[in-house]
Amino acid sequence: MEKVVEMQNIRKTFLHTIANNNINFDICKGEVVTLLGENGAGKTTLMKILYGMYSMDSGEIYVKGKKVDIKSPKDAISLGIGMVHQHFTLVKSFSVTENVILGLPPSKGIEIDLESAKKDLISLSKKYGLEVNPDAKIWQLSVGEKQRVEIIKALYRNIDVLILDEPTAVLTPQEAENLFDTLRLLIKEGKSIVFISHKLGEVMEISDRIVILRNGALTGEKNKKDTTKKELARLMVGREVLEIIEKEEIPERGEPLLVAQNLHALNDKGIEALRGISFEVRSGEILGIAGVSGNGQRELENILCGVRENTDGRIIFKGKEITGKKPKEIINLGIGRIPEDRMEEGLILDLPVFENLIVESYDKRPLSSGILINYSSVKEFAERIVKEYDVKTPSIYTTTRTLSGGNLQKVILGRVLSRNPEFIIASQPIRGLDVGAAEYIHTKLLSARANGVGVLLISEDLDEILMLSDRVLVMYEGEIMGILDRKDITIEELGLMMTGTRMGGLHESN
Amino acid sequence: MNLISFKLEKRTPPPWWFRILMPIMAVIISLAISSIFLLILRKNPFTAFYYLFYGGLGTKFAFLEMLVKATPLILTGIAVSVAFLAKYWNIGAEGQLYAGALLATWVGIQNFNLSPVFYVLLVIVAGFVGGGVWSFIPAYLKAKFKVDDVVTTLLMNYIMIYFVSAILTGPWRNPVSMWPESVNIAENARLIQLVPRSRVHIGFLIAVAVVFVVYFIVKKTKLGFEIRATGSNPKAANFLGINTLKTIIIASVLSGGIAGLAGVSEVAGVHYHLIHNLSPGYGYSGIVIAMLGGLNPFGVLFAALYFSVIITGAQMMSRSVGIPPYIADVIQGITLIVMLAMLLLFEYKISIRRGK
Repeated sequence: MEKVVEMQNIRKTFLHTIANNNINFDICKGEVVTLLGENGAGKTTLMKILYGMYSMDSGEIYVKGKKVDIKSPKDAISLGIGMVHQHFTLVKSFSVTENVILGLPPSKGIEIDLESAKKDLISLSKKYGLEVNPDAKIWQLSVGEKQRVEIIKALYRNIDVLILDEPTAVLTPQEAENLFDTLRLLIKEGKSIVFISHKLGEVMEISDRIVILRNGALTGEKNKKDTTKKELARLMVGREVLEIIEKEEIPERGEPLLVAQNLHALNDKGIEALRGISFEVRSGEILGIAGVSGNGQRELENILCGVRENTDGRIIFKGKEITGKKPKEIINLGIGRIPEDRMEEGLILDLPVFENLIVESYDKRPLSSGILINYSSVKEFAERIVKEYDVKTPSIYTTTRTLSGGNLQKVILGRVLSRNPEFIIASQPIRGLDVGAAEYIHTKLLSARANGVGVLLISEDLDEILMLSDRVLVMYEGEIMGILDRKDITIEELGLMMTGTRMGGLHESN
Repeated sequence: MNLISFKLEKRTPPPWWFRILMPIMAVIISLAISSIFLLILRKNPFTAFYYLFYGGLGTKFAFLEMLVKATPLILTGIAVSVAFLAKYWNIGAEGQLYAGALLATWVGIQNFNLSPVFYVLLVIVAGFVGGGVWSFIPAYLKAKFKVDDVVTTLLMNYIMIYFVSAILTGPWRNPVSMWPESVNIAENARLIQLVPRSRVHIGFLIAVAVVFVVYFIVKKTKLGFEIRATGSNPKAANFLGINTLKTIIIASVLSGGIAGLAGVSEVAGVHYHLIHNLSPGYGYSGIVIAMLGGLNPFGVLFAALYFSVIITGAQMMSRSVGIPPYIADVIQGITLIVMLAMLLLFEYKISIRRGK
């Protein structure tokens, strides 16, 4: 097949780490090529080099057979290469049309011709199924719509190669399907897609060819039809990944540990985000909260963690009301919290690893006595946790910010589990983590469950929910669509509930 | 296109020696930039800087006088850095210095029949309380109502400075001299001289002791950890169970109290009475010193000594070379800007790329 882009011997280092170690990567005309790898494998770095955002240390890039020197995204775009980042680059207060033409020279002399741009935009969006209102302001759009604007923005610049950096991470399953339809239309037209992902399911669905990176090096290249998920997983993490974690059956569920009654709450914009959520979690049970993100899960997590006040309802833990308690009180009651927002809530990134490990228990003996922190106990404690939870860090004194995503989560996990909690709230515990780290986190949550810990698992990742939960609660627009036993669940049912169909039968009584 | 493009990239934390090297580089660069102003005045910068440092360090008298000026600078520098560590932007050390001086003077002019040790201790406590209370007000407003700390602490300076002026021209006016100054504080309430026939007083040792105490608090205590955690990321610290509002209030009271001690040093150690121009901006210099010292107590100590040399030497430079002494303020200002720019480099690196 005709090669559109050839990247040869690309090398890029960041201070002490080799992000790309002499990588060869080609993009052919009319194909979807996936860059598969764990977090930190060097996928995004490689594509940012192609898109002119990073400069490479050495290597050569050819576009349509001609050697090129890409110094900026502008250069990349003029060569027909476009990229949609994980974090969007849109001007919030501008309309969709304005964002699409931003940075392009005006079409009529010095005047900006918004009307004709709008027409082009509408025809593009019709052609590729990228539905979006050209007059809407960006801040009014959902995440999925913003992504469509980014794609239109790239297509408007007549690109031949479209790079998508983990595009489905922010999408609902339906939106992801729509995106894949769009991608299929694009390759039919002879455009090429680079798809960055570490979700094997979608990789197998959309790719023609899969290039696997591990620790900055190329470890494999497979055509989809010649490979299997298992093989890809092995190439990605360097070993076989257990697809299904064997779960011990807990014969009898224990006492209700945590009971939520009729919880109501407002979101940050003052709109009611929780409208009467009630559930109970028993000891030795994992209750999964499924749902597309933004349906009140975040607010529920906040309330249970003590950082948001509910407007109505009660929370009862071990028979005692704990509504409105502060984080410290909740921690001391034996509730472990693994928050969705690792970077801004779960960790203080500019402090060293050991201080993040003690931040929930530094005021207890033996870590401190009186007003003093006992640094010899702290060191011992931190080194034990780092070892026990396999946190990969040069030392316990390393600034936490420098750790990779999986290791950041292990720091949180170690901190939470070292307190022997009776109940754990885990929100999106494996989001953005590589397969190995995700599996590790899951194993730990399951062994906590086996020890009689109650777990509330909030996740958008259906595989995760189905793999771990004993019961599943589906939330939609702040309400419960249904609570089901794991063994009674069908994917179709779950999909319907997530999109707002209330379940009949068993759980409709309240 | 022959363009050179600059980019800021977040860098991995630089090694420890870079943290020490950075303020030294900031000092050198700021002196280099200041030379431009001297050249505009058609003066030789090397001669000027020679007299600047000679005037601040060269003679025994200069050296002792430098220590006198360093005392309040160490205290305000430490005061500001304690608040800044908690990301509480206390720009109000100047007002807190005056608040401390006011209360210390009030205690000092009561002529209590106490042994000097106890009386001096009482004056010190009064100064700490005065500064602490004055700092508590904006901190409480920040914690309770999210009122911007930069604005309130800054404006509180003017309230206190003019309040002191009002008191000195009113009820506290010296009945003998009729100057707007308080009567002298009791002999047994004064900070004793360290060196005979000089103005160096025991306050300098107290300031150095404060450096050690604050270092201990920041590095070894629960409070210090809470302050650093809150300062690094208040949202995360709050989530993780630290009472960030309480921490901010404690840090600000500690900060204000230490600034108040600078007022004690000037009233009980230098002037023995309260005057309305007690401080030539020690509180504001404290901000520069705290930044130059990297918010590290020992860094602050050295930065304060450096600034004291410049402030003390400015007179000699002015007389010997024939330039205004305000060049010392210019150097201070430039040092702050250079240091802030270097802190940016500390967290980010600039990658430069040239077009062909």
